Amino acid sequence: MTEKGYIDPAALDRIVEAFETKIGPHIGARIVAKAWSDPAFKQRLLADATAAINADGTLGRVSDHLTAIENTPHRHHMIVCTLCSCYPWEVLGLPPVWYKSAAYRSRSVIDPRGVLKDFGIALPPEVEIRVWDSTAETRFIVIPMRPAGTEGWSEDRLAALVTRDSMVGTGLAKPAGASAS
Amino acid sequence: MNGVHDMGGMHGFGPVTLEKDEPVFHGAWEGRVFAMQRATFFLGLWNLDLARASVEHLPPPVYLGVSYYDKWRLGLESRLMSYGLVGADELRAGHALHPAKPVKRKLAAAEVDKSLQRGSYGRPAQAPARFAPGAAVRTKNINPTTHTRLPRYARDRVGTIEAVRGCHVFPDSVVLGKGEDPQWLYTVVFDGKELWGEQAAPGLKVSIEAFEPYLEPA
Repeated sequence: MTEKGYIDPAALDRIVEAFETKIGPHIGARIVAKAWSDPAFKQRLLADATAAINADGTLGRVSDHLTAIENTPHRHHMIVCTLCSCYPWEVLGLPPVWYKSAAYRSRSVIDPRGVLKDFGIALPPEVEIRVWDSTAETRFIVIPMRPAGTEGWSEDRLAALVTRDSMVGTGLAKPAGASAS
Repeated sequence: MNGVHDMGGMHGFGPVTLEKDEPVFHGAWEGRVFAMQRATFFLGLWNLDLARASVEHLPPPVYLGVSYYDKWRLGLESRLMSYGLVGADELRAGHALHPAKPVKRKLAAAEVDKSLQRGSYGRPAQAPARFAPGAAVRTKNINPTTHTRLPRYARDRVGTIEAVRGCHVFPDSVVLGKGEDPQWLYTVVFDGKELWGEQAAPGLKVSIEAFEPYLEPA
């Protein structure tokens, strides 16, 4: 490929470096922390995540068609791509192996509670589970519920509680006591 | 196509296995394949839909039997050969044996940073949207032998339009070489029972992103 002039190996190195060091779930965690801290931002984020993030100016830039969805005590959201591996990589980095696995892709849409059990999560039976199958170029990020006891925390401190899995809907944000700071 | 990639609702794949402290790439070759996949889009010969289609066309035992980035590698190799960029003999030899095919452009290292944003798939509408939020729709029972984004578990099912997502490149058309043919895209939500019958988990709702040609009024 290099000999034939189709690719520049230096470009490949730059791409790998970017995905190993720059693009990751820390981006999404800052977006969630800001949504928890700033109700007006959260409203804008839920209305149009791409526009809200790009207008903010401190959260990086994302491309079109990103949608944020909010977990509540009554409804829990999960994201899957049953057909391939569509994932909001601009805000979460590249998907982990489990997200791309046949086990996750096949079972999320028919048995999401069983899948959540594999992640050690048991939700109360009355909680509605909504699974989003990413079958087009729209991408989704879950805003997990803010843990109790974090009133008045800074966005940096809050962001440390936001795990990758909580933004895919296969986890919850860490409890307040889990913060090192 | 009704391939093994379309696995929503299938049984038998076992529990989800989690890896602690998972690296972004498991070995340098995975990063290399990933980067080649991204870089070769800049040759301007195929888009994401055509890349997905080539992976879906892998034989089922291969699709299920090899790792994720190996699927990408095999899909990329099949595109490189079918577009005449690389011969099978060159893939075996691991270096060039024939003159290169002229290409319009290639991704330069200096362009990588600005290439890291996803492309936009939104396009100007060709017609007004047929459905509005709240409308009841039935997905069509289509079974094309080519690439589609309507999963089997959500065909011939009644759901509700939840959101209108704008007008987007229509993958089913792109893979047939018929151009982008932009179509309205909707979030359509289904009740668990509509998809899975009486054994559906209580309180389950599943949504798909459905292009307008997949839908008819219910």
